[in-house]
Amino acid sequence: MRSRKDNIFHGIDWILVLFYFVFIFLGWINIYAATISENNFDLLNFSTEYGKQLIWIGFSIPIILLILLFEAKFYEKYAAVIYISFLVLLAGLFVLGKNINGSTSWYGIGSFSLQPSEFAKAATALAIAKLVSDKMFNLKKLSTQVQALLLLFFPAILIILQPDPGSALVYGAFIFVLYREGLPFYYITVGFIALFLFVITLILGFEVTLISSFVLFIVVLLYFIFYRPRAFRKGWIKIIGIYLMSAMFIFSVDLVFNHVFKQHHRDRFNIILGKTVDMKGVGYNTNQSVTTIASGGFFGKGFLEGERTQGNFVPEQKTDYIFTTVGEEWGFVGSAFVILLFMAFLLRIINRAEQQKAKFSRIYGYSIVAIFFMHFVINIGMVIGLVPTIGIPLPFFSYGGSALWGFTVLLFIFIRLDANKTYEW
Amino acid sequence: MKRTGLLSFLIIFIGVVYIARLFYLQVLNNSFNTPTLNNSAVKVMYDYPERGYIFDRNGVLLVANQLSYDIMVIPREVKPLDTITFCALLKITKEEFIEKIERASRYSTRIPSTFLQQVSKDDYAALQEILYKFKGFYIQKRSLREYPIKSAANVLGYISEVNENMISTNKNYHLGELIGTAGVEKSYEAILRGTKGVKFIQRDRFNREIGSFKNGIYDTLPISGNDITLTIDAVLQQYGEALMANKRGGIVAIEPSTGEILAMVSMPTYDPNLMVGRERSKNFTKLYLDSINKPLLDRGLQAQYPPGSPFKVISALVALQENVINTGTSIQCFGGYKYGSGKGSFMRCHCETGGSSVALNVAIYRSCNSYFANAYRRTIDKFPKPEQGVNVWGKHAESFGLGNYLDNDLSVGQKGNIPNGNLYNKIYPNGRWRSTATISNAIGQGEVLTTPIQLANMTAAIANEGFYFIPHIAKKIKGKPLDKKFTTPIYTTIDKKYFKPVIEGLFDVFENPRGTARGSRVEGLAISGKTGTSENPHGQDHSIFIAFAPKDNPKIAIAVFVENGYWGSRWAGPIATLMIEKYLTGKIGRPLVEERMLNGSIQEEYDKQLK
Repeated sequence: MRSRKDNIFHGIDWILVLFYFVFIFLGWINIYAATISENNFDLLNFSTEYGKQLIWIGFSIPIILLILLFEAKFYEKYAAVIYISFLVLLAGLFVLGKNINGSTSWYGIGSFSLQPSEFAKAATALAIAKLVSDKMFNLKKLSTQVQALLLLFFPAILIILQPDPGSALVYGAFIFVLYREGLPFYYITVGFIALFLFVITLILGFEVTLISSFVLFIVVLLYFIFYRPRAFRKGWIKIIGIYLMSAMFIFSVDLVFNHVFKQHHRDRFNIILGKTVDMKGVGYNTNQSVTTIASGGFFGKGFLEGERTQGNFVPEQKTDYIFTTVGEEWGFVGSAFVILLFMAFLLRIINRAEQQKAKFSRIYGYSIVAIFFMHFVINIGMVIGLVPTIGIPLPFFSYGGSALWGFTVLLFIFIRLDANKTYEW
Repeated sequence: MKRTGLLSFLIIFIGVVYIARLFYLQVLNNSFNTPTLNNSAVKVMYDYPERGYIFDRNGVLLVANQLSYDIMVIPREVKPLDTITFCALLKITKEEFIEKIERASRYSTRIPSTFLQQVSKDDYAALQEILYKFKGFYIQKRSLREYPIKSAANVLGYISEVNENMISTNKNYHLGELIGTAGVEKSYEAILRGTKGVKFIQRDRFNREIGSFKNGIYDTLPISGNDITLTIDAVLQQYGEALMANKRGGIVAIEPSTGEILAMVSMPTYDPNLMVGRERSKNFTKLYLDSINKPLLDRGLQAQYPPGSPFKVISALVALQENVINTGTSIQCFGGYKYGSGKGSFMRCHCETGGSSVALNVAIYRSCNSYFANAYRRTIDKFPKPEQGVNVWGKHAESFGLGNYLDNDLSVGQKGNIPNGNLYNKIYPNGRWRSTATISNAIGQGEVLTTPIQLANMTAAIANEGFYFIPHIAKKIKGKPLDKKFTTPIYTTIDKKYFKPVIEGLFDVFENPRGTARGSRVEGLAISGKTGTSENPHGQDHSIFIAFAPKDNPKIAIAVFVENGYWGSRWAGPIATLMIEKYLTGKIGRPLVEERMLNGSIQEEYDKQLK
């Protein structure tokens, strides 16, 4: 067996590496299309966004090499340290952070800014992997469940306070990881029921939802009384309890939506649900984004031919709305291809994760799939008008150094862990 | 599946949903798929071509273009300025200035809008020097129409901003563009217009222009409109307008051998230059609302009158064709024609032949009502039912281009009316009517209605002895041959041989000492014609005249209609013959007659009707 000291690339999954570079390449091409103007053309130029992005991409190579250079064991051993240092970094933002667009999410280093929350995802994934992979750890127990949730809660709350609720939402993805590792299924069920009730309440209004759910409840109750009297005698407390919980949830949805949410949050939901039609005001982003994608047609308008892209019609096109460029210039063919690529990429990681002998590697793998998946669902869903506006980047595509490096770190730590599966720990 | 499969399942599920959504948006839902060059990201700018010029048959320029200058403003870019100087420069008040700026800002603060339209050339020169000091304002050149000869407004027409209906039905026109809306400007719009040049400009989300779209590969250059040479003779046209001064009515003169319209006068008229420039809409409204003089009504084309006596020619020709009379047939006229047993059933006649025998020739030059009533009645009664008779008679009359639009190249027209059997069946529902009920048709009264151009065309058909060309206004259009329908003769249903005796009669109208137009005779010119006095319930009789000359190889056929002009030879006759004289000889040998026509006015008569 060759020592991996001779060759840091030994055992790594080249397919994932290939995915990575394909994404980076496609991403950069679309950033180029979204930011080029007739006047300037200069690849390595700090004054252009596509030039900067090319430099970020260049810098990601040493980062990758550095990640691969460390022993796999290192990541497991220092997971806690890494996690805590990032919590400190996140907390430090409130003192030293730089405010950009209303969020104190950045450290300014000279003329550059770094966003620690993009890296905190990897740190949290490592920490969860470390915690859950412990042989004594059992997710069936409430105390361990609380431990895991607390681990997620700290970074999430620090990010919410920046405020950057979109990025914090990503931590919800870990529920899939915990479920994979033994979290009871009803957590997932409750999660989906809550999501369902939330949407229904927003669409129908809470009175209607409350009344109709009450009618449903009476019907269920009568069914049990007349057809399952024994089960009813045993479980009537449960049935009534479930109903009361749902009713309270419906009520609280209304309360939160109308009194805790800000108007622009409400608008974002109302637009997606079709309750507000305002193409020029609050609905501008979604309208422009959907129109731009739709205008691509089947084959798209071609590279640099998308006049809506060239006319900067879509706000934040190079970052959160980069997929609109794909949609306009590459059409259905191109955008469906990107989606298929993401699906294949995510399934590939799951496939590799399931093959890990070390529980730590598997859990870490699942964590990054969950994170990438969450970004994918929210970002593309938002761009095509299925999900309310939540500003988080599309992995490897969106413009920005921190995001790119964050996702790079996330992926390549897994590639590094995966490369080691053939070794004894 | 179990625990390991959930995330994989969700990945595939969401992926499929998203691809389906994309398929719906990009492929199925066409409402989003606006054509590439027609969406908000691309601004289309038109480069307007110069509109074609219009010339008369001798090459005299009738319509040209002049440059005009619009002051444009982009409200956002306007910096605080010296309003007093600026207003003085543009000759507007401060209030107007504020109002105009506000209106422009309401439309858009970023997109240019017209601040002041059609600044004069002199003002432009002064403005050009100093306008750079006023940020946000600039000058845009536009091409306007110009009418060097202040004449023929009804023929030439005018251009105006295209209306919304046109915009929605015709892709060639956009808001604020100009289109011919009357006269030749309208009927030959497609030729005069030319082709717009197009520039596509890439815009950003603020509608700011950020460069040409795809380096201008779709851009095109404007192609100038084609010039048109009209059949109008500007000299004759102007002369006709002068003769008709202070009278109402129309003159239409046609060259019988081609159907070319030599003059088409409508009075009252207006100076076509009123329809151009800053005062345009004010002027137009004034003309449009003038319901007394109706200057926008083209009386040569649109006014329908009973033709009166000139129509007797048709009655005669039909009777000859139907073989119910011949040139020798004569009747006796005792001051009228009794067509029924009742006391009122009597058509008076002014032929003053005093009971002597009246043959066709005399009947024409004396305009004998009795004779033509007789001839008409014989024609109708030739058939077992009067309905059939009227239909046959009507068919003959219609073959002279009467009772239809003539399918010409003029922008407006009226159909006139030639009655048929059905009409009388409707008037007399029990079907009990006889030829005598329609007897007024014989002398161009009753149900018969014609427009001056129809009468002129009828005259041309008589001059040609049985055929005419559709009267038309365009003589030459650059690069395009004239429509074949204008060069193909249309034959009447009357045989050529029957025209000779009738034309002799028309010639005697001037030549016979007792001819009704003896006083309008022109020495040395063989004019044939027919006076007409059309009864009119609203006031004085109309004065009508048709004529053509020379008798052999006719060069001009003319119909003149003077509203409330008492009788044919009082106004219409002299005007018709003066026109013929002017056209054929280029000078006037009857200065007194000319003087009387030029200065004569029937205004008094018109004023009477208002009371």
